[in-house]
Amino acid sequence: MSTYLDDPRVVEFDVRTDEMLVNMGPQHPSTHGVLRLVLRTDGEIVSQTEPHLGYLHRCAEKIGENLTPRQWIPYTDRMDYLAAMNMNLGWSLAVEKLMNYQLPEKARHLRVIIAEMGRIASHLVGMGAYGLDLGTFSPFLYAFRERERILDLFEEACGARLTYSYITPGGVTADLPRGWIQKCEDFLTQFEPIIQEYHALLTTNSIFVKRTANIGILPPQMALDYGCTGPVLRGSGIDYDLRRDGEERYTEMYDGYAFEVIVQKNGHYPKDHDYPAVPKEAVLGDCWHRFYVRMLEVVQSIDIVRQAFDKYNNSTGDWGTPIKLSTKLPKGDAYLETEAPRGQMGFYIVSDGSAIPWRVRARSSCFCNLSVTHELCKGCLIADVPAIVGSLDIVMGEIDR
Amino acid sequence: MTLIDRLKKKFGAQITGTNLTALDPWIEVAPEALVAVCEHLKADPDGKFEMLNCITAIDWFEPDPKKAAKVTFEPHTELVYHLSSISKKHSIVIKVKLPRWKDDVAGNLPDVPTVCSVWPAANWHEREVFDLSGVNFVGHPDLRRILCPEDWVGYGLRRDYEMPLEYHGMRGR
Repeated sequence: MSTYLDDPRVVEFDVRTDEMLVNMGPQHPSTHGVLRLVLRTDGEIVSQTEPHLGYLHRCAEKIGENLTPRQWIPYTDRMDYLAAMNMNLGWSLAVEKLMNYQLPEKARHLRVIIAEMGRIASHLVGMGAYGLDLGTFSPFLYAFRERERILDLFEEACGARLTYSYITPGGVTADLPRGWIQKCEDFLTQFEPIIQEYHALLTTNSIFVKRTANIGILPPQMALDYGCTGPVLRGSGIDYDLRRDGEERYTEMYDGYAFEVIVQKNGHYPKDHDYPAVPKEAVLGDCWHRFYVRMLEVVQSIDIVRQAFDKYNNSTGDWGTPIKLSTKLPKGDAYLETEAPRGQMGFYIVSDGSAIPWRVRARSSCFCNLSVTHELCKGCLIADVPAIVGSLDIVMGEIDR
Repeated sequence: MTLIDRLKKKFGAQITGTNLTALDPWIEVAPEALVAVCEHLKADPDGKFEMLNCITAIDWFEPDPKKAAKVTFEPHTELVYHLSSISKKHSIVIKVKLPRWKDDVAGNLPDVPTVCSVWPAANWHEREVFDLSGVNFVGHPDLRRILCPEDWVGYGLRRDYEMPLEYHGMRGR
């Protein structure tokens, strides 16, 4: 558990000071964007944390009521700007669900390659930036060195490095260029052994373990109650991943792929690769476990991409035909959630039968993950607040939309 | 007896409609029975909807008088709750129909009971719906705006919302 006021380890126990309100943010380096945290502190101990949102609010949902679904794709890019490909995918699938559009097999495998590469790129930032939150700079540089290589690949596929608009309702905007798969394969071969270095830098580093293990514990029931998803939910030991348990329209993308959902089972993580051992200080649901789940997921994603290469090369059909900008939508509504790197990202579309949706809604994963902060930060030290908020791996663009 | 049959038997006329063949099967519930229905769905062994995914409000209103003559719906606000079960791996949608304004008085927000007691996740979702669509969640522990500033006027996701021309000296257009 976090250190509480009555904990004899706390030096400040004797030094009762006046209560103080401390603003962290709106642009504090460790708030991962424009988040403002108002902390009520007594000495070094935080008794209450109140997140304030809205500093980035761009009215994306309202804009969605004035654009056709394909025109809204660039807005999904700007929500989670660290995993824009996965956001494109979520919205495309929701629109395709409403239109009952069946994607060619080849396009499905192409999307798997792109989405999983996006997940690796996103988790790399999650890892590097988390190191930064805890005061270590090297992992951040190393993570970005690798992420740049993935962005190079994305740039070659669609011409953009941050906001891609690549995956679109009906397929993708263009097929992969010649030689792309080979380059991607070369990258993965070079990248895989480097993960051990990251484990040496952070996962098993005793300072890192001291800063993260047994801090900000999120019990499984609380994770469910607050609607937490993704690595935050799995870090609390709940075995749920939409790539396996989601709606058929989404899971059929991953049909025939062999991968493990990273979650602790009976005291152990899956042992299909050589992972570092869990330190004895770590408690299920703490910051360390959330970080660990992300690191192991990178390895699974590499496996999935490798499997997708063969399937993509040997499948029939083409890369899909993007729907026309002015295509009329059928009357009705559709909600679909996908497993984005930060958790379950849901898109809801309501149509009255015209080409422009009546209502567009983005259910953000970080929004729910962040809502549990006040519970996690109860009674922790001020220095633990960045460790706890960082372990949730939030992107404010997705929360404020 | 299935979950829906049990629900209908227990709540009778409070279940005002169902569509189990839609893309996302939904049940429509009277606002006063919402909390009881949610508790039932969460506790029922066939349901076990332990996760509240999303709360959305849709403003069914056509501000353009030319187009309004052709629309087939009565103006109203619709609340949509997406629930899912992790243990059972299924999902369901609850819809609640509310008037656009309470007692037809413009500016008087329609009331609906909060479901924070069933899923704490509803806290922030309801604040967002209150902030952007203008629905009053009765019994909510902390109903304040969440994305817009506290002194913001109007509810952005209503169809007849008009952007303010000026806010604290900043031009709106």
